[in-house]
Amino acid sequence: MSDALILSILTIVTASTPLVFAGIGELVVERSGVLNLGVEGMILVGAVSGFALANLSGSATIGVVGACVAGAVLASLFAFLTLNLKSSQVATGLALTIFGAGVSALMGQSYVGIAVGGLPKMNMPGLTDLPVIGPLLFGHDALVYLSFALVASVTWFLRRSRAGLVLRAVGDSHDSAHALGYRVIRVRWGAILFGGACSGLAGAYLSLAYTPMWAENMSAGRGWIALALVVFAVWQPGRLLLGAYIFGGISILQLHIQALGLSVPSQLMSMLPYVVTIIVLVVISRDSARIRRNAPASIGKPFHPTA
Amino acid sequence: MTAEAIHPGIAPGSLDQPLAELAGISKAYPGVLANDAIDLVVEPGRIHALLGENGAGKSTLVKILYGLLSADSGTLRWQGADVTIDSPNTARRLGIAMVFQHFSLFDSLTVLENIALGMGVDADTDLATRIEDVSTRYGLPLDASRSVFELSVGERQRIEIVRCLLQDPKLLVMDEPTSVLTPAEVEQLFVTLRRLASEGVAILYISHKLEEIRVLCDTATILRSGRVVATASPADESAASLATLMMGENAPNGSSLAVSAPSSQGRSSLLRVNDLEVPASSSDAQSLSGITLSLVAGTITGIAGVAGNGQDELLAVLTGELTLSGLGKIRMGDTDVGELGVAQRRRLGLSAVPEERLGHGAVPNMSLSENAALTGFTRRGLARGGWLRTGAARHFAQEIIDRFDVRCDGPQSLAGSLSGGNLQKFVVGREVLQAPSVLVVSQPTWGVDAGAAAAIHAALRELANTGSAVLVISQDLDELMQLTDWLGALCAGRLSRFYPTASLDVQQVGLLMGGANALEGMESRA
Repeated sequence: MSDALILSILTIVTASTPLVFAGIGELVVERSGVLNLGVEGMILVGAVSGFALANLSGSATIGVVGACVAGAVLASLFAFLTLNLKSSQVATGLALTIFGAGVSALMGQSYVGIAVGGLPKMNMPGLTDLPVIGPLLFGHDALVYLSFALVASVTWFLRRSRAGLVLRAVGDSHDSAHALGYRVIRVRWGAILFGGACSGLAGAYLSLAYTPMWAENMSAGRGWIALALVVFAVWQPGRLLLGAYIFGGISILQLHIQALGLSVPSQLMSMLPYVVTIIVLVVISRDSARIRRNAPASIGKPFHPTA
Repeated sequence: MTAEAIHPGIAPGSLDQPLAELAGISKAYPGVLANDAIDLVVEPGRIHALLGENGAGKSTLVKILYGLLSADSGTLRWQGADVTIDSPNTARRLGIAMVFQHFSLFDSLTVLENIALGMGVDADTDLATRIEDVSTRYGLPLDASRSVFELSVGERQRIEIVRCLLQDPKLLVMDEPTSVLTPAEVEQLFVTLRRLASEGVAILYISHKLEEIRVLCDTATILRSGRVVATASPADESAASLATLMMGENAPNGSSLAVSAPSSQGRSSLLRVNDLEVPASSSDAQSLSGITLSLVAGTITGIAGVAGNGQDELLAVLTGELTLSGLGKIRMGDTDVGELGVAQRRRLGLSAVPEERLGHGAVPNMSLSENAALTGFTRRGLARGGWLRTGAARHFAQEIIDRFDVRCDGPQSLAGSLSGGNLQKFVVGREVLQAPSVLVVSQPTWGVDAGAAAAIHAALRELANTGSAVLVISQDLDELMQLTDWLGALCAGRLSRFYPTASLDVQQVGLLMGGANALEGMESRA
């Protein structure tokens, strides 16, 4: 296998990982019955916070942790407005995206054009040096492994844990959950904070690993892609991972195809990841019973506990 | 031992000591006193009926008892000790279990997961075994691994009951449990309830079905406008005397309903369905097969059956929500309507009242006059040249409100702000006043109190008397027996033959609901 191919597979992994983070966070939020359209804004704030902290402290780890906290802080604003003050989730989420873009641009003013070291790649003696599978399996940065671990844990959490069952119940019918004595608002606060931290993580991955730099609006719509992936994956973590990698894979592949100089208009090639991802996920999710079992029925609806 | 010394939850309730004593319970909502100093004593081992119209305060009272609402004043004693029930968890710890009228179930989750959530335990194999045990012991068959959305209403209720029984309750509260069950299921439920009572469980049974209460309950507390108006022993009362207690002077005159059915001899069939087949549209929908049906002018035809046997699909096909490809299946007079949509059929005189009042029969966030205009604009001329005649719409809404005694603030009130019974009267009234030649009604009195139900029944009968054909699809057998001239049943998407209602008894209808296509030795028609 050629080095070039291995290199492009590694690029696919780095292109897909931010989508996995943002998507899995939003999946948990939506499973609890909340639609947070502010993913894009939280990614941007995570990206600039992670970059700035890594730059100031010289430690990428501090940057990553800081990005999580920043994402969660922004999400807590959303949670307070929508859960405690019952504002509209759609309007608040959109506002959060606009707010996040503005705040991140302001915070990042003095960091434009600066470079940081970025996340170190794993180097496991003996393993990483293996031909082909070494770099493919053991040569990534720690966050890639974390993203897979996160998908596995969320799958287990939703399917097997009692807390996950309560979360799904709250998303299915908050009135029934309330009638049974579950704390709907508290469960949703937890989910929204988790979602914010994941979006922050996605941002940190962009500014510390994918392209170790800060630029205004560097998320370039990935938050929206993550939101779409959650729906097309029918709120199932495994399918979300698949969707993120199809999208990441085709984004990179079409760049290579363009580089070959084929006479296909570049605009058509740029559309490819969106079209293929949607087609694949729609085709594998056509079963209406699967949708009934997994779609959170009370998504986006405000919850009034006394009703 | 003094009563005060008994610790709640530990001392076994002796038969002469009350289990729960509610004293002076009051609860006010803006503008309404829902509970006005209510006293109620529940004793172990007895089936205690709580009787009253919609809005009488029954639901508020049991929600206070179950910790879902807090009372403004009043005290609650449990096994002789003062307690405060501030959440359903506290109620469950004391031994109070509740089966809600509108089930608090999660459609997307499995039976096992739903029960685990209701009990606050893990959904593991241990729980699955216990579910199996209880369901066999009390004759409540359940498959724990199925998702709730795949189940019928009767099966859903079984989940709630099994969940309650798993908690070894001392007091079981049941809110209108039989309105969705077949006669056989009702009998089975009564057997289960009597068995529980004999084991010492107190049962608080909310209903407005008077016959049922007479057969089942030991004591009845009757509420009207938030107050206790009487406590009676149901076995010593007649259904009529209970109705009078429940409704005061507004009690419906029973004889007004017993209008003799006009003979269908020589009358024309207004809607004819001929051997209709409809494949299931999705994996959780029911297919229809061999549906043959004729609605005769001046008669009310009933279709019995447990929900989920194709009622929704049949309604959709008849109203035009689901159009057919191909002719010759559904005719109104000489017109083939199979390929026509809802609005076109409505123009020809076919109206419908769907089961779901909010969201299907009416738009919750629109005013009553806007809702009136939504179906009335063709037949009542509420739109001209694309412009709404808002004045006429308001006038039409006001007419419905007056004629059908819809209690609301006027035509500008939002549909979603009305109580279930009032909104149902409005939706039925809206269709009836458009004088359709054929009216299809699904579950006309589901969750509606006796007074409103009587008004709706009278309106349907009056419409039939003017020469229209009415089709009532219902799960409520009492209603069908009382209201219809011809009766058949729908089971697994197949329609039985139709019989004169007067010639049928409840067991025979039960057979038809269970899938029998025809009864031996009886006159019938398709």
